Amino acid sequence: MGKTFNPKITAFLCKWCSYTGADLAGTSRLQYPTAIIPIKVMCSSRVDPVFLIRAFLKGADGVLIGGCHPGDCHYESGNYHTRRRFAILQSIFDSLNLEKDRLRLSWISASEGPKFARVCNEFTDKIQKMGPNPTRKNMFI
Amino acid sequence: MSKMLTTDHGADKSVVDLLRFLLDTEKVSGVLTLRKTNTSGSLDYGLLTRSQELDRAVPLMPVMPANAAQSLSLITPTQKPIAVVVKPCELRGFVERIKREQGSLDNVLTLSPTCGGVIPLDTYIKKSKDNLTKDYYKQVKAGEIPESIRPTCKACEYFVPMTADITVSVVGEQNLDSKCRFILNSDKAVSMTEGFGSVENGDLDAKILDDHLKKREKEKKALFESIKFKQDGLDGMIDVFGKCIGCHGCSRVCPICYCLLCDFESRNFDQNVSLFEKELEQKGALRLPPDTLFFHLGRMSHMSFSCVGCGQCTDVCPADIPVASVFKKIGENTAALFDYVPGKDVNEDIPVLVFKEEEFKELGE
Repeated sequence: MGKTFNPKITAFLCKWCSYTGADLAGTSRLQYPTAIIPIKVMCSSRVDPVFLIRAFLKGADGVLIGGCHPGDCHYESGNYHTRRRFAILQSIFDSLNLEKDRLRLSWISASEGPKFARVCNEFTDKIQKMGPNPTRKNMFI
Repeated sequence: MSKMLTTDHGADKSVVDLLRFLLDTEKVSGVLTLRKTNTSGSLDYGLLTRSQELDRAVPLMPVMPANAAQSLSLITPTQKPIAVVVKPCELRGFVERIKREQGSLDNVLTLSPTCGGVIPLDTYIKKSKDNLTKDYYKQVKAGEIPESIRPTCKACEYFVPMTADITVSVVGEQNLDSKCRFILNSDKAVSMTEGFGSVENGDLDAKILDDHLKKREKEKKALFESIKFKQDGLDGMIDVFGKCIGCHGCSRVCPICYCLLCDFESRNFDQNVSLFEKELEQKGALRLPPDTLFFHLGRMSHMSFSCVGCGQCTDVCPADIPVASVFKKIGENTAALFDYVPGKDVNEDIPVLVFKEEEFKELGE
């Protein structure tokens, strides 16, 4: 790693909405940062909070979950469960004074390519300002 | 107004008498209670079916050799009626397990005391037992918080059982050695105890319990402040959980953690040598065994909202980590998101199984 900080952001994207939205961003030739490392999941509710914790502790500078808008879930209610679990995880991070801003949940539909690009840009900018995740370096965990 | 049953014997004897009555009249076919294993004073939970076995029973002993919620899961649903004497937090733990389809309250008559707290196993094993319980009861009778009990017990606000059929009044009972009051909270309790003694209207002494609650709340505040991590964030976490040896004892004894195929016991998170090497390249050092902090954070995300704060995890921790205090604090915050009180109502779903469309609108921009 050179002196400049290149963030790494793990993005769990739901196959039906956010991942397709990312595809649309690509085919529309919208620019978004290379920091995003997408992982395709069948539904955002497939993402156990443990996955986020794992990514966080293994040095991801940011972790993003992308799912369908509430009410639009391909499996009817998956994203509502995701939302609850995300709230629980945020509360835990909050109570422990961990950096909960490194976690983000976004609703991006299949037709929202521009929104996907915008979310990625915003989030990367924010992480860039926060600096590298302390778990990346000197942490014995 | 609830129904109340009073006896002229001490609390421990009265509960044993009641259990014996239930067995002798064949209203129940077995009772689950704490009993002395042998003369050396060790304790265990026993499911007893013969009334002479009750000679060794010490149902109200303030010790928790295992969280009975786990044992209750093993023996329910039962074909024949049984009576169980458990602490309020054990009952709450069992209710949480039932919500996870790990048992049933059908055919179970639950007795639970207003709980003065539980003496840590370590203290109980090492100290002179007579003095220990003598001091304990002296303070319980006076409505004080005993010094010898678990830190999480001192800070527990739910010492009055929430769903028990019969509540045994213990906290603040001046005449605990000569009198005992049973509060019958359900029709089942009334019909089961019919013939045991005269029943009148009556209830727990609200003022005494209120005063006691205030003391516990004060202790809780102090406990939560005391576990404020010295440093913020990760460094603080490592301060507290850095000692963890990864034995997973805390999850083994937890009344909530029931998964036989626990993620953290599986090989799901094992990584191969090349991944370790990659990590070494980045960090220059690696803690072994790995993933102890990950285990605690993961467990928090899975079950903290159901934590009943029994303190069994702290008790068994070989590295002296205040697991229960941390989980109680975290759990209160996560449960508060959903106005959830673990173990309060068996018909309420656990928060991760249900949702409301109109909640957390602010999440997911």
